[in-house]
Amino acid sequence: MKTLNDVPVGGKARIAKVLAVGALKRRIVDMGLTKGTLVEVRRVAPLGDPLEITLRNYNLSIRKADAKNIVVEEDAGHE
Amino acid sequence: MNKILALIGNPNCGKTTLFNTLTGSNQYVGNWPGVTVERKIGKLMNYEGFDVMDLPGVYSLSPYTPEEVITRDYLLENHPGAVINILDASNLERNLYLTSQILEQGYPMVLALNMMDLVHKNGDDLDTEALGDMLGCHAIEITASKGIGIEKLLDVAIHASDGHVRLKPIIYSKMIETTLKRIDEICMLPEEHDKRWRLVKIFERDPHELSKLTIVPALKEKLEALIQYCEQVEGDDSESLIAAGRYAGVEKILSQCYHRGNKDQTMAVSDRIDKVLTNRVLGLPFFLGIMWLMYYVCVSTVGAFTTDGMQAMFKALAEALSAAMTAAGVSEVLIGLICDGIIGGVGSVLSFVPQIFMLFFFLSFLEDCGYMSRVAFLMDRIFRSFGLSGRSFIPMLIGTGCSVPAIMCARTIENDRDRKLTIMLTPFIPCNAKLPLFALFAAALFPENSWIGPSMYLFGIVMVIASGLVLKHTRLFKGEAANFVMEMPSYHWPKAKSMWQHTWERAKGFIIKAGTIIFAASAVMWVLQNFSSGLVMVKPEESMMADIGRFIAPVFIPLGFGTWQTAFAAIAGFIAKEVTVSTFGILAGVSDTEAGASEMIKVVQTMFTPASGYAFMVFILLASPCIAAVATIKREMDSWKWTLGALCYQTGLAYVIALVIYQVGSRL
Repeated sequence: MKTLNDVPVGGKARIAKVLAVGALKRRIVDMGLTKGTLVEVRRVAPLGDPLEITLRNYNLSIRKADAKNIVVEEDAGHE
Repeated sequence: MNKILALIGNPNCGKTTLFNTLTGSNQYVGNWPGVTVERKIGKLMNYEGFDVMDLPGVYSLSPYTPEEVITRDYLLENHPGAVINILDASNLERNLYLTSQILEQGYPMVLALNMMDLVHKNGDDLDTEALGDMLGCHAIEITASKGIGIEKLLDVAIHASDGHVRLKPIIYSKMIETTLKRIDEICMLPEEHDKRWRLVKIFERDPHELSKLTIVPALKEKLEALIQYCEQVEGDDSESLIAAGRYAGVEKILSQCYHRGNKDQTMAVSDRIDKVLTNRVLGLPFFLGIMWLMYYVCVSTVGAFTTDGMQAMFKALAEALSAAMTAAGVSEVLIGLICDGIIGGVGSVLSFVPQIFMLFFFLSFLEDCGYMSRVAFLMDRIFRSFGLSGRSFIPMLIGTGCSVPAIMCARTIENDRDRKLTIMLTPFIPCNAKLPLFALFAAALFPENSWIGPSMYLFGIVMVIASGLVLKHTRLFKGEAANFVMEMPSYHWPKAKSMWQHTWERAKGFIIKAGTIIFAASAVMWVLQNFSSGLVMVKPEESMMADIGRFIAPVFIPLGFGTWQTAFAAIAGFIAKEVTVSTFGILAGVSDTEAGASEMIKVVQTMFTPASGYAFMVFILLASPCIAAVATIKREMDSWKWTLGALCYQTGLAYVIALVIYQVGSRL
């Protein structure tokens, strides 16, 4: 199962499912990381965490631990 | 009673600027998600009978963050006359997600489209009228910072508050809509404006909404079965289904009224800046460079220069006043109280005002332009490992100047647990006022070791880290692990007016404190130092100060400074940390601390050994911050229990560490 933190910098992926529960899940979907959304991983912070991603025409930073809860589709890297 | 216009919008969309324009008040604005933590109300300018309510910026009305709870509760309980939903037009997709939730609550609503200039600059095109038509409300283009479009917005909002609106909420998939209908048949909610909102919340299993339901258990089971069936068919949980449905609805609307010109300037420029400032190699050096520059300018060079200048000015003022009053035949007691007590005390605090102004101005710039989010991005990895968040860095940095603004700064930390921990630990960072004491002790007891003074910074930082590591495992701070999902706003050049307001808002609190608490405390201290309990003017060793010192002294014997003088000096720091040093000045019989430096060094040398001296320094470093900082902690924590808890923790830790240092140090 591929999750958002497996996507390499510069890579794109489509969200398949959010596994988190409670406040974290709510936060993730509220920020627009819903099923089918196309996300691009822009960069990683100098110390290796968190990630910066672009979606819905804005930038978001998210910790790798939180990104691990976001499952992405396997083969959407070429869009 | 006045009708209320409630301002709602995402963080960082210009909401506070609009509030300022509407009410003429000085609220502050930042390019940092979540600047308004409390809700604020102001009178609408130029219109009778209306108030404006500024609610915290939120991305959603879910019940998780404190900001969301405040906004949601307000809407549910207070029935505003109309809602002004302000949107960042250059970022409509996410902004309209919140709109889709407010629409369901059914209050008369108007959309205020801010930052249209960015839309045009990016070569995009928005059909405002079509957008309004699709949502069933008016959409008005405004430029909040320049006051453009405000009159039209108010006309429409005031008209809407009479109820002339037919909102068109987002329609979900057929399956969800059918389920909502069935839920309605079971729950039989009253036909009120917020019915659709409540149905959706029941579908999402919102605990607050479910607890309000008064249906028999059998029906509750049926309800749950309905929701589960829908989830099974649609292949996701109900919360995710609703969020995805909202975003899908927003996308559909935008596809009909928003046309991209494909030359996204704002994002492109921001991205180029970020390629340097958050670069894997250059990011941290740049960050350290910016922080060093800020510290160098505001604290060590220009800052120190102005502080010295202010101190000289207050000294001259005290001397001139003293001479004038002596000539006028005013009693010596009154002259002493005013010149030594009040001007001395208040002056020593006010001397820091220019420095604090500069510091805040610098920070306002970083905040308004959007770099602060990047600081959190850069530092999160380090701070997370000891139980804090990337956002804790700024309060700690400001803490090297003064804990009062530093603690105030912590309110930009979204997570309650991180914020409380940051507030508790920030005072461990040595503030400006503690430095003269460290300098005095280092000169008196460790003339050979230049590292003693700076070691206090290291000590403070180690204590922050160690406390974070320990406290994050305690019951108080455990809870659900804080997440870090943070918007990175596009950079923009800050507006001078907003930066000035921002700076003033923060510095004001500091000046007010100097004028009230420090004013009163200085007068009291002076009386304690110069009078006996019978209110006769006496020498320090017979004063009330000495009585108090003698009473407390036994507590400090295990720490190596159990004389009445040292005990009193230790607790005098509670009034203001500068007072600790001036206490030694009084004990040395010198009122002018500069000329009396050598006498003060002698006093310190007779009272302390190196071991007890270092223990004393550490005690002053860690123990309860000054009264102004304590008052700020109380205000920001909004709880006496937490405030006292923080004080006990700080003072208890100070006592234990000082005890260990003295007991070990004196045996070496």
